Amino acid sequence: MSLARRVIPCLDTEGGRVVKGVNFVGLRDAGSPTQLAERYNAEGADELVVLDIAASRDERPTFLETICNVAERLAIPLTAGGGIRSLEDAQAVVRAGADKITVNSAAVVHPELLAELANEFGSQAVVLAIDAKREHRAAPDPLGGHWDVLIRGGHQSAHLDAIEWARKGVEMGAGEILVTSVDRDGTQSGFDVELTSAIARAVSVPVIASGGAKTPQHFAEIFDVGGADAALAASIFHDGVQPIGKLKEYLARQGIEVRLRC
Amino acid sequence: MSIALLDYGAGNVASVERALRRLGAESHPAMLPSDLANANAIILPGVGHFAALIRALDERRLRGPLTTAIRSGVPFLGICLGLQALYERSEEAPEFAGLAIFAGEVRALPSTVKLPHMGWNRIRVSRRSGLLDKLSESDFFYFAHTFAATELSPEVVATCDHGAPFTAVLQSENVFGVQFHPEKSGTPGARVLQNFLRLAA
Repeated sequence: MSLARRVIPCLDTEGGRVVKGVNFVGLRDAGSPTQLAERYNAEGADELVVLDIAASRDERPTFLETICNVAERLAIPLTAGGGIRSLEDAQAVVRAGADKITVNSAAVVHPELLAELANEFGSQAVVLAIDAKREHRAAPDPLGGHWDVLIRGGHQSAHLDAIEWARKGVEMGAGEILVTSVDRDGTQSGFDVELTSAIARAVSVPVIASGGAKTPQHFAEIFDVGGADAALAASIFHDGVQPIGKLKEYLARQGIEVRLRC
Repeated sequence: MSIALLDYGAGNVASVERALRRLGAESHPAMLPSDLANANAIILPGVGHFAALIRALDERRLRGPLTTAIRSGVPFLGICLGLQALYERSEEAPEFAGLAIFAGEVRALPSTVKLPHMGWNRIRVSRRSGLLDKLSESDFFYFAHTFAATELSPEVVATCDHGAPFTAVLQSENVFGVQFHPEKSGTPGARVLQNFLRLAA
C-alpha cells in the first residue's frame, strides 16, 4: 500500500477556451475546458490544473466562470492559477470551485503571499509553480546543474536559483512544488529529469514535473529516476496522442503504483 | 431528508455540496445553531488548519448544538479535518479543544515521508461498516493532509499508511469519519457518500 504517482492534465485557458503554446509562444485553440475536463475525469486523470494564461484583470470573470464550470464536472481535485496576486484573488478562485491554488510570479515578488495563503487554506492547498531555465556556467559544477527562475510567463529572469527558491517557498508555506522546465516545455523530448530530481531532493513536499512529455517512457522515467510525485502535461492529452488510461496501464506494467480504478 | 452541511468558510464545502447534488441529495448550508436543530444528518467538511475550524465553530456558537446532535444520535459524517475535530485535541493547535467525541489526540505524520500526504492511496479495512459497502481494498481515495489520528482506537474501520498507520475511516454508531476527501475521490468517493446517505435515511 503506497501513494500512487499522479498524472495531471493541464488546461491553459484564455477567454474561456483551452489554448496551447510551444515554449510559451504561438497559441492555438485546443478546445472547450468543460469538454476536456469531462473527458479527463472519465479517463482516469488524478487531478486537473486550469490556468489563466492571459491573467488580465478584464478577463478575470471569464476565468472564474471557467473554474466553476469545470469544477461542476469533476470528481477529482482541481488546481487553479494564473494571475493570482493576493489573498482576495485566491479566495475568488477557491469560491469558484478550486481545491488548490497555484502561484508563480506574485510569490517571487511577495514571498509572504505563500504564508498568507497557507494560513487561510492550509499548505495542502498551496502549490508553488516555478518556471526554471538551465543556466550554463563556464566551470563544471560538482553539484550538478543550476537553474534560473523565470517569471511573467517565462519572459523575465527573477535572478533566483530554482532550487533555493523551492526550498524557501516550502518554508513560507507551499505544500507542493510544480516545476516546469522552460528548456523542455513544448519540445516533447521528455521531462527534465535532472531539474526535477534536484528539486525533489531539496524539498520535503511533493513535486509535480512539467514540460517536455510525449511518450509513456517519459512518464516512467520522471517517476523512477526523477523522483517526481506527479507529472503534468497538456497538448499530448488534448490531442489524444497519449490517452491517459493507456498511459497509466503502461506505468502499472512498469511496476509504478498508479490508480487504475477510478 | 434534511442534510446540514456545516459551512464555516472552508474551501471544500461547495465541492461536497456538488458531490451530494450529483447523487440527487440536496443539502443546506448550516451556519447558525438553529440550522442544526431539524437536521436529519450533519456533514462537517474541512480543509486547512485545526485552529481555524475550532475557532469558527466556537465563534458561531456551533460547538454545543453540534455535540448535542451527535450525542443524541443524528447521523454525522466528518471529512478530513472534520474527522480530526472529533478527537480531544490536535498537535496542529494544542491550545484548541476538539469536540472530544472520541478520546485521543491528532498528531503530525512522521517527517520521514513527504508531507503533506497528498494524492491517491488505498485503505486497509479492519472491520465491517456500512460506510464501505460495495468498496474494496483496491479502490483509491484522495488524501490531502499532514495531521492524522495515529492512535488506532476502537472506532477505527479502516487505516491508511503514510510513514505510519493512521485512521482513514471510523465509525461508532451514528458517527462516521473519513480522512480522505470522498467528494474528490471519483466513483469510490461517491459511493462512500451514497452509503452515508443510505445509512442516515
